[in-house]
Amino acid sequence: MSNKSSSFIDNLGKVYALYTLGFLAFFAIMAVLEVFGAGARLIGILFLLFTIVIYAAIGFLSRTMQVDAYYVAGREVPPLYNGMATAADWMSGASFVALAGGIYFGGYPYLGFIIGWTGGYVLVNALMAPYLRKFGCYTVPDFIGTRYGGNLARFCAVIVLVVASFTYVTAQINATGTIASRALAIPFELGVWFGLLGILLCSMLGGMRGVTWTQVAQYIVLIIAYLVPVIWMSNAQGFGIIPHFGYGDAAQRIAELQAEYGLEPAAAAAQEAMGSLKVLTTPHFDPQGGFQSWQFVTLALCMMAGTASLPHILMRYFTTPSVRSARKSVAYSLFFIFLLYFTAPALATLTKLQLLDPTLATAVIGQSVDSVLALDWIQNWMEVGMVGIVDSNGNGTVQLNEFFMRPDIVVLATPEIAGLPYVISGLVAAGGMAAAMSTADGLLLAIANALSHDLYYKIIDPKADTKHRLIVARILLLAIGAAAALIASLQLTGILGAVAWAFCFACSGLFFPLVLGIWWKRANRQGAVAGMAAGFIAGSVYLYYVYTGGTPLWGIDHLRFGIIGMPVSLIAMVAVSLMTPAPDAEIQAMVDETRIPTGDTILAENH
Amino acid sequence: MSEDKAARRKIHWKKTSRLTYIVLAIWFTFGFIVPWFAKELDAFSFLGFELGYYMIVQGSLIVFVLLIIVQNMIQDKIDDEYDAGGADQ
Repeated sequence: MSNKSSSFIDNLGKVYALYTLGFLAFFAIMAVLEVFGAGARLIGILFLLFTIVIYAAIGFLSRTMQVDAYYVAGREVPPLYNGMATAADWMSGASFVALAGGIYFGGYPYLGFIIGWTGGYVLVNALMAPYLRKFGCYTVPDFIGTRYGGNLARFCAVIVLVVASFTYVTAQINATGTIASRALAIPFELGVWFGLLGILLCSMLGGMRGVTWTQVAQYIVLIIAYLVPVIWMSNAQGFGIIPHFGYGDAAQRIAELQAEYGLEPAAAAAQEAMGSLKVLTTPHFDPQGGFQSWQFVTLALCMMAGTASLPHILMRYFTTPSVRSARKSVAYSLFFIFLLYFTAPALATLTKLQLLDPTLATAVIGQSVDSVLALDWIQNWMEVGMVGIVDSNGNGTVQLNEFFMRPDIVVLATPEIAGLPYVISGLVAAGGMAAAMSTADGLLLAIANALSHDLYYKIIDPKADTKHRLIVARILLLAIGAAAALIASLQLTGILGAVAWAFCFACSGLFFPLVLGIWWKRANRQGAVAGMAAGFIAGSVYLYYVYTGGTPLWGIDHLRFGIIGMPVSLIAMVAVSLMTPAPDAEIQAMVDETRIPTGDTILAENH
Repeated sequence: MSEDKAARRKIHWKKTSRLTYIVLAIWFTFGFIVPWFAKELDAFSFLGFELGYYMIVQGSLIVFVLLIIVQNMIQDKIDDEYDAGGADQ
């Protein structure tokens, strides 16, 4: 496609408009099929297969054997489309599938994810993206290795990148497995491999170029899939066509109902039988001040600094034609991400109201156990062990603390809870799949590129030719994908937890070496190595300590261990830099050059 | 690089950094100070929401989006003024 690529770029608007119409037409056909009696299972299967075949086709059409197309999509992605691709890259299975569920069950403290995952882009735009674009690197370790010089700095950056991204990607493959196994009615372990197959089809042949154009397509699917059920519920409940500005009343109503039902933990025996399923014990929104405020801002800070250090996000801004367009695309990215994040609390609120409010036909709490057990969606989700009801007090009605649910399923189950047609469930499954696949693609590519470009080409075999490098990159992609799927099939952590870890690893090891590399000329190689190593090790050790049962210091639990890693990294980096000689004039001039948007990139076009 | 050009670049970077610090101050206010005082802000109401809740689920997010857009507009102007704009796209 390389010689046709400019005409493709010129016609992007047409191509994706047509694609969107095609997707909506497919949705309409599915709706008609449902009217004619097609079952939920068939519709779910068709939705997943149709979308995955389209992504694979885009991936195939974007195949390339050129280095800059493979690593940075030829640096020709317009800001609008890079914004969409970044949004899809960014919004993972955690955002799409798990975030609203976290807010549903976790209340106020979980809103820290929302602030953190949007505010982080202010840091990306102010501190990182334009400068890294000017630098002209292929990967994040490429910047570290060139700015600080030496293979050791590059190698440390590769290690942090691999650990952070690998933690993240297992969670994504876990999410694809969950969705695929439910929609296709196959075992979870098989679903994981099925998900991996879809992911590799997008990225194997086209590298960054293939991933870019599939991510744009995936964003369109995932945002439609997230907004439609919320808008539908809002209309059905009378909160207006656009719920976002009118659901304040719903939040008030939930507060009343909570007071009426009481938020009590489940009976001990019942909780034990239900394992990881949860009853609602946290108020919908009730900041307590003091310690809760502290927990909120520490979580938000880790997520923000992590956003600005995660390589799979930063490398998206290497693909734009200029520095100015890189900045512009950060603005588009945040806008597209914002569309989903300001919908998530609305979704959590409206879904909770569906279950709690006895005046709605969909209510579960306060109804008789027999009638609830007869509901289709309760039976479907009970079958796979994700919902449970235990009548602990034996009075025959479902109390708030007798209704168990796995937080991760709130979004996926919402269409059924609200009694929407099956076709909406299929749409949401396709959206969740798109979200998890697009993020997994970006992450796998970030890891494979760092290993192939920085470890293999820059450190091990600098004389390797282009063909060789790109073949190594693809073999690594396959191997890492398989390793991630293997670990995902073991189901070690929940989706949201693993994602928070990835952010903390990234900000512990990479945040200050990246920021100070641009903003502090005095930062040198020794300092950067010390900053990466000390921050990363301190964060990891603390995670190990808390996770194996240590008492958290100042409430810093395993979700926010970056709060330990970051200051250690900063202090080590500044102290060691000041104790060792300043970087030479050439490096200092390089930093000056990085700060000016105009002119050639620091690194040559093909390096 | 001529003397004049070097001096202009220096001013360009000074203005760029000043803009960045202002942006970070606004970011800090809406990312940390507002959520810290969510309970106090809940005494007020906005669009039928309690204000503290509203700021966290929507208000701060809207500020972040606008903040980046405005920052880029000003930065573009600074770049153009000091011939550091680069190809427009």
